[in-house]
Amino acid sequence: MPPIPRTIPPAPAYSTKSASSASTKSPTSAPRASSSSRATTPPSRPPTSTASPKKSSSTPSPKPSPSASNPSTPTPAPSKSTSSPASPTRWRHRAKPPSATFSIQNSELPLVQVLTGRKYTLLGQSTLHDDLLRIIAKRLLVNESIETGHFEPFTPAEFPKGRPYTFNLTHVAIRDLSDDQLLDLSRKGHLFLDLREMQAIQNYFRTLERDPTDAELETLAQTWSEHCVHKTLKASVEYTFIDRRSPSRDSWSVARDPQPEAATPSPTEPRTTDHGPRTIIIDNLIKQTVFKATMDLQKPWTISVFKDNAGVIEFDEDNAVCFKVETHNRPSAIEPYGGAATGIGGCIRDVMGTGLGAKPFANTDIFCFADPTTPVETLPNGVIHPRRSAQRVVAGVRDYGNRMGIPTVNGAVFFHDRYVGNPLVFCGTAGVMPRKFAQKGQARPGDHIIVLGGRTGRDGIHGATFSSDVVTTSHADEFSHAVQIGNAITEKKTLDVILQARDYGTNSEFRIQNSELPPGPLFTAITDCGAGGLSSAIGEMGEKTGATVNLHKVPLKYEGLSYAEIWISEAQERMVLAVPPENVQTLLDLCAAEDVEGTDIGIFDGTGKLTLYYNPATPNPGIESLGSSPSTESPATPTQNTIVAQMDMSFIHDGIPKPTRKAVYTAPTIVEPHLPMPKSGAFAATLHQLLAMPSIASKHWIIRQYDHEVQGGTIIKPLVGASNDGPGDAAVVKPLLSSKKAVVLANGCQPRFGDIDPYQMALNSIDEAIRNTVCVGGNPERTAILDNFCWPKCSDPQHLGALVRACQACYDGAIAYSTPFISGKDSLSNEFITDKGERIQIPYTLLISAMSVIDDAAKCITMDAKQSGNQLLLVGLTKRELGGSHYYALHDFIGASVPTVDLNLGPATARAVAGLIDQGLVRSAHDLSEGGLAVALAEMLFAGSLGATIDLAGVPCAEDADADDVLLFSESPSRYLLEIPPEHFDTVARTLKAANGGGGIRFGVLGTLHDRPSLKIRSIKSAWLMDEPIDTLKKSWLAPLDW
Amino acid sequence: MSSVNVLLLRTAGTNCDRELAHAFTLAGASVTALHINALLKNPTQFAEFQILGFPGGFSYGDDIASGKILANQLIHHLKAPLAQFIADGKLVIGICNGFQVLVKSGLLPGPISQLAAEDWHPTTLTYNTSGKFEDRWVRIQSVSSINKWIKPGTVIDVPIAHGEGRFVTRDQAVMDALKANDQIAFQYVDEAGNPAAAYPGNPNGSTDAIAGICDITGRVLGLMPHPERITEAVNHPHYTRGHGTNAGLQIFQTAVAYVREQQAVAVAV
Repeated sequence: MPPIPRTIPPAPAYSTKSASSASTKSPTSAPRASSSSRATTPPSRPPTSTASPKKSSSTPSPKPSPSASNPSTPTPAPSKSTSSPASPTRWRHRAKPPSATFSIQNSELPLVQVLTGRKYTLLGQSTLHDDLLRIIAKRLLVNESIETGHFEPFTPAEFPKGRPYTFNLTHVAIRDLSDDQLLDLSRKGHLFLDLREMQAIQNYFRTLERDPTDAELETLAQTWSEHCVHKTLKASVEYTFIDRRSPSRDSWSVARDPQPEAATPSPTEPRTTDHGPRTIIIDNLIKQTVFKATMDLQKPWTISVFKDNAGVIEFDEDNAVCFKVETHNRPSAIEPYGGAATGIGGCIRDVMGTGLGAKPFANTDIFCFADPTTPVETLPNGVIHPRRSAQRVVAGVRDYGNRMGIPTVNGAVFFHDRYVGNPLVFCGTAGVMPRKFAQKGQARPGDHIIVLGGRTGRDGIHGATFSSDVVTTSHADEFSHAVQIGNAITEKKTLDVILQARDYGTNSEFRIQNSELPPGPLFTAITDCGAGGLSSAIGEMGEKTGATVNLHKVPLKYEGLSYAEIWISEAQERMVLAVPPENVQTLLDLCAAEDVEGTDIGIFDGTGKLTLYYNPATPNPGIESLGSSPSTESPATPTQNTIVAQMDMSFIHDGIPKPTRKAVYTAPTIVEPHLPMPKSGAFAATLHQLLAMPSIASKHWIIRQYDHEVQGGTIIKPLVGASNDGPGDAAVVKPLLSSKKAVVLANGCQPRFGDIDPYQMALNSIDEAIRNTVCVGGNPERTAILDNFCWPKCSDPQHLGALVRACQACYDGAIAYSTPFISGKDSLSNEFITDKGERIQIPYTLLISAMSVIDDAAKCITMDAKQSGNQLLLVGLTKRELGGSHYYALHDFIGASVPTVDLNLGPATARAVAGLIDQGLVRSAHDLSEGGLAVALAEMLFAGSLGATIDLAGVPCAEDADADDVLLFSESPSRYLLEIPPEHFDTVARTLKAANGGGGIRFGVLGTLHDRPSLKIRSIKSAWLMDEPIDTLKKSWLAPLDW
Repeated sequence: MSSVNVLLLRTAGTNCDRELAHAFTLAGASVTALHINALLKNPTQFAEFQILGFPGGFSYGDDIASGKILANQLIHHLKAPLAQFIADGKLVIGICNGFQVLVKSGLLPGPISQLAAEDWHPTTLTYNTSGKFEDRWVRIQSVSSINKWIKPGTVIDVPIAHGEGRFVTRDQAVMDALKANDQIAFQYVDEAGNPAAAYPGNPNGSTDAIAGICDITGRVLGLMPHPERITEAVNHPHYTRGHGTNAGLQIFQTAVAYVREQQAVAVAV
């Protein structure tokens, strides 16, 4: 049945007085409209997708009751944007992601297509220049990847259609190219391959005595991209360590030797002790450090590590949990909303495709931005203002995570000016699955290739390769196509089908409907379409078997995609399943019952080759359902099925050359500042300033926009305490509601220390992740960790050298804490080149994510002070380690005295504190991190609505640290603030003295909690430093990011 | 004792079905979740169930308006079997997006004698006054004495998580009718137990702090907060402070007990 085009009257205009954009000062009075529109169509069968932004009130119901649309589309609440013209970048984005999925199953009505739009009216005093208007529309209002902007009244005569595609098999003459020409081809074709890689491809096709097709080149570029193959971390590295520091340095003022008290020296550390250059060769950096730690630890509870989408560990006898964290930096830099949404969407798909499918039960997110108060004038051209980035990134994660029904339970946000061109977006997802499905599946010859979920469009092309390049001011234009478009509802439906197909006919927690059919998964292997799209997914699944794929069968969103574009598109919400022939129909029936599109596109054929076919004469199932006819315009079009690519799987996967890369680490020579001791009256002001620093201030504005309670398993929430607004250290979630067991999710990230020493930066990140885990009741003996490196471009040997240092710390830290790495990811080209040629390189950033399995959720505790009369104990040693601290940052210093992790005491302290909590002796625990003791005390008190009187003489400290400013603001690691009821004090003291193999762990009594709501601190010299009401401290902490 | 059968209706974007199933299971019911496609194929399946639940989520992405598309499906394809279900004295609950579906399909507030029969939409749920999606814990208190799902005066700490939860009536006459009919099921309340006057106690700006309403039979209940997320004491945010309760579970227990009572009466008759 042909579709009946039907236009919708223009949506109600949005008026906003704040018409000024980042670059405009005077609003306009000229009523200019920019309406954007997109069309999608509900296809015949199976039905999908009518995308409609919020304000299109027209419902294609047969008899729309006049009253039906009125109460249900009421006047939107006045948002802050209309009332606060002072916030120039606050635009009202009502448009939701295109996530409507709606079948109009009404026999009275023929199929309809719906075109929706938003109309913006800019109101103001003066006329807005046309060019400026277009810039505003392009940058702020319209996402040109999925929408079109119109500046005049727009009444579409027909639905937009893709351009018909004329098949033209393209070969790329590569065999006779010179080196320069090879590099030129790599750049112009957006392949991002280096010369050796291009030469390897050239040689392969010389052997085959033919030129590659574009699809073959693209396949190799995707598979060999940094994003997919992690070639830097897997490379051989020639590493030189240079320490130019003076041997006569103050013992406290500089980073000490690279591994001061390492329990186990890194296998990669040069073993000499002098300060001259030392050079070694490391064969496969990641394997020698991060992986090696896991192999050396041999934890019996790890189930699947570093071989699947996510790391899998044991949950209980019958179930396993998995955790994946990855970055989506580049797309988020260009289009923060879409980039972040698809970032979390992709991470969720990774978990859906782990083993034979896991059910996601928690999300985490960690972001890094430049200072949100950065003046617009100082921003380099081509970057989005950090505040706007932050708002749109949060909106993207919110809309995707909330729609998926996965609670976002843990996160962090860091601010540093060098993230200005490269904001970082880390998304994490944890999943649960029956243990028997925890191992990665293997496709068998003869299995069909079924693609499930979303359709393929031109979105996200070259995402994998593009992430391997440095960002420049023109990237936003050149690579807008690399941004994927998310649709959470499509992914949710796909998840519903996958879990049903996995548990088909069996009884499990996740099964909903009964069935008398044979049990077991309907598929033998599953993976998600992520970077590289089908090329990576099928290439990886078919590595052992080979695969034949009919690209013309892949359902498309619209006409006009070439076979190569179909193959590498990174369109979202697609999963690939290997399905034995006898199960194909059952699976497709399951899809139909849930309105999910499932398509049989090929076969794992047992040839060991990858063979791609394209038949231009076959109507595309997607286009056909849109009601338009397939392209038949070109009579010259060959009509037969044509091979468009054929390569050996072995070359695709093993053909990439492995060069040796140079790495140099030169220890920086940073001067330690000598700050005068603040006057006693100034301490309170300093504490207020620290609490208001964006990295420390409350993130409640973000956290509350996430549903952190959905699925009903959240035990320790991100916001805790008497008023549910204190900063929880970690989250605790029950993946299975019927079990007492739970999972702790935490993170550690200390990018400020990287400039001083990437080795200590990494160790501090690990220690922080463990501290956070322990503080809620996590079990350090059952904790697994994940690494996510975000680095400036590692073709610079200095940056690669810093990466080597951080990797060494990962090995040393994982061994010392006995916490295996189970998964990881890297993003190693985070640089921005301004139009003036200035390189802005992000701080060395390592996110450590931790997952701990605990036996009884009811034993968990929170960081808020609980009971007047209880004692506050500080466990762990405070040293004069203000380097990289927030206290120094307040005074614009970095400093050299980076906090150093003691690899014996750190883990011993974590174990001891965890033991005390497990025995029920601790009412609350809070780790000391950003801002040191002063901030931790303030947070614990205002979260619990209690006061305390603190004597700094009780702080256990190193000899040279005996000064008020150091005790309050040093960020020494491995320290815990504990609230102990008086009746437990003796037991706690005894236990700590006996800990660390009898050597004891330093602790001190700081004071007692009281109802009088103020934080009173006495100097080591017995004067009072402050007596500050906790509600004023809380205000300073709540206000800065209360957007 | 005959079993109490609960049907949870799910569709694309439903995402609170498992915890709602868990809550009913804890309350002693037997739960089946069906996709609306399966029900549309065979609407007679309603007969097997005594309780119908609309879980939270983002049905069809909440495009057009929250719950609107699923509501239209109910109106156009399942109106008669649903009317029969309610007429048979059975129970219906809609939570969050499920409440939005009930309101937008006209099942809530349902036929009100004070209003014209064809007037389906005297109330709606619209954007929070804060202008954004919010997740926070609130305190609610049951008000109505006709509500079969909970005794009046019950206080429950419960999380909300929504962007469109502000309950409004078309005019004061509708509000007066709802009150006259004792249809105010829940109100957001402050520490002292009074209707919460301001944000964040009243988290979305609902008129008269209304968190949920029922129909005039007291058997059809809709509410924005999520009682299915507080079925265990450890779910309570103040569990670590020593104040955890699993008060949300009472709603499901009360409903199951009501059905059992009805079943007993039916057997006795």
